[in-house]
Amino acid sequence: MKRLLLILAAAAALPAAAQEPVKIGLVTALSGQSARAGEALTRGLQVAIDEINAKGGVRIGNQQGRKLELLRRDDESIPAKGVIAARELYFKEKVAVLFGGLDSPVALAIVPIANENKLPFMDPWAAGTPITKNGAKDNYVFRVSAVDEIVDKAMLQYSQKTFNAKNCGMILVNNPWGESNEKGLRAALAEKGVKAAGIEKFEANDIDVVPQLSRLKAAGADCLFLVGNVGPSSQVVKSLDRMGWMPPIVSHWGPAGGRFTELAGPSAKHVHFVQTYSFFGNQSAVGAKVLKALMAKYPDIKGPGDVTPAVGVANAYDAMMLTAMAIEKAGSTDGKAIRDGYYKIDRYDGLIKAYTKPFSAEQHDALNEHDYVWAQFIDNQIVPVGMKQ
Amino acid sequence: MIGSALVSGLGLGSMYGLLALGFYVTYAVSSTVNFAQGSSMMLGAVFTYTFAVRLGWPFAPAAVLALLLCALYGLLVEVLAVRPFARRGSNAWLMATVALGIIADNSVLFTFGKEPRGLALPWAAGATEVLGLHVSLLQLAIPAVGLALAAALHEFSRRTRLGKAMLAVVQNADAARLMGINVPLAIMAAYAVSAVFAGVAGIMIAPLFNVHSDMGTVFGLKAFAVAILGGITSAWGVMLAGLLFGLVESLTTALLGSAYTQIVTFTLVIVALALMPNGLFGRAELKKV
Repeated sequence: MKRLLLILAAAAALPAAAQEPVKIGLVTALSGQSARAGEALTRGLQVAIDEINAKGGVRIGNQQGRKLELLRRDDESIPAKGVIAARELYFKEKVAVLFGGLDSPVALAIVPIANENKLPFMDPWAAGTPITKNGAKDNYVFRVSAVDEIVDKAMLQYSQKTFNAKNCGMILVNNPWGESNEKGLRAALAEKGVKAAGIEKFEANDIDVVPQLSRLKAAGADCLFLVGNVGPSSQVVKSLDRMGWMPPIVSHWGPAGGRFTELAGPSAKHVHFVQTYSFFGNQSAVGAKVLKALMAKYPDIKGPGDVTPAVGVANAYDAMMLTAMAIEKAGSTDGKAIRDGYYKIDRYDGLIKAYTKPFSAEQHDALNEHDYVWAQFIDNQIVPVGMKQ
Repeated sequence: MIGSALVSGLGLGSMYGLLALGFYVTYAVSSTVNFAQGSSMMLGAVFTYTFAVRLGWPFAPAAVLALLLCALYGLLVEVLAVRPFARRGSNAWLMATVALGIIADNSVLFTFGKEPRGLALPWAAGATEVLGLHVSLLQLAIPAVGLALAAALHEFSRRTRLGKAMLAVVQNADAARLMGINVPLAIMAAYAVSAVFAGVAGIMIAPLFNVHSDMGTVFGLKAFAVAILGGITSAWGVMLAGLLFGLVESLTTALLGSAYTQIVTFTLVIVALALMPNGLFGRAELKKV
């Protein structure tokens, strides 16, 4: 009997070993205020994984293709929970690559685990500069998303080019994210030899931002740099409305995270914010393919307006495709081999752009200021600036 | 710049004052307060949003029902979190009211949702020019409503039977009881009035702010500072302290910059209380032994 069981077990194990899927982990907020964004990341990854699996999976060395499998964990936007989930996925589930960190604090908490254990970590959302520029000698953290310090440069560039602004003022939420962008914006301004009209902070729970904005107005600001999540951003817009002052507003992507038009009122459309992708307008072949796949898989997606937040889907899709290429280049699921695999990617015609040598030992961010698109809310949809009135 | 800061300060200040009046009303009658006054304010906004936006009712009945529910919540606070403790001479109502507020906030979080929602009032969105300042009608309405309610409270306590009964309880609860005044009823009425004031503040602020479960937390704390600053024993003092607090806050931001706002306002609160321990307008309480 014992022998029979052993034979059975061996027989069961053999084909399983040959086709054992490569596990991909995702740690993100799946509940709470950012749940929608976590779902967008999931969808982007899943559509990419389905596409790869339909073609037979990833080919590692001489083996036949191995399917990819996605494992998700909820971090509830809490760094400690993100760390527990990351450990579980890395060490128990043995994921080849961990995706995650919707929130910068969560991503920053996972970075040391990845670097110390030489396990690849891919960030498809959180924009905090030190996530990829983490100072580690041996860096295993990659990103396909916006980066604060590059967004700040792009915000300045956009204000000058589009609005011919000469004297912008900063209105920043008083938290580490606002602080990180204050640093970035100061550096961007210094690089061009200009100064800010003023730098004002406000609390996320402030009801009236008029006093801060009045200071910027009195200082002669001809445009505003806005950094804040959707709620605080809407407080700024409503305060501007009450003042009867509506200078051009160039914003980080905070407003994209919620019902901005409902919260900020009709003036929401005056805020131009950064995005990495939009499914509106003429789509590339990849864009059309991804949109079609999304509509086929998720019944609630009936058009480009329902892919929201689009940046989550687009970043996750490209990051997964690049990761699959890195695994194939690595020829194994070993962490260090995959890390070096990312460096060996030559070209990938992706959703956001055509990537040429996206990663190197010095460059762990695949996107830069040329890859951003500027968007605004028209009614309840995020559309590229100027596309709809 | 100073003009618009004054308008902002008066608007917010009168709402601090209104919330602080809620502290005053219950403290005067029973020497207890609902520490989670911010939750009553949040409930006013959340109920109004639910009736006016989700159920599509006209604004007036939505606001009236929301305020009635606030009054009911005030009664609950008194019956569940204050009376059982105060009756035994315990100070545990301090913690019990905070706990009930946390329960209210979290119940709203689960039922209303975590996403902040916007309550737009079309009639309040209009703006006008006053002395060359661009001012929204709501910003003018807020201090007017705040002062009108303070005046109404004054009249109520002077002219109505229940108001007079409450005043009698304030002066001497034991004597009032001997005169046949229903003291528990007067205290319950005070808690209902207190919650209604907070609810009105919530409804007035909602269009300027967002509706979400913890919208009242910081506001409630500041209102308590205002109540203490005004001297919690004087109604008009509390209201004036609210206006003062709002003005100092917005003028500090406008003149010195937002980095200094909290430091300056709360330093002033400490200094004021160090110099005048009973608050700006309060009377020292006599303790007869």
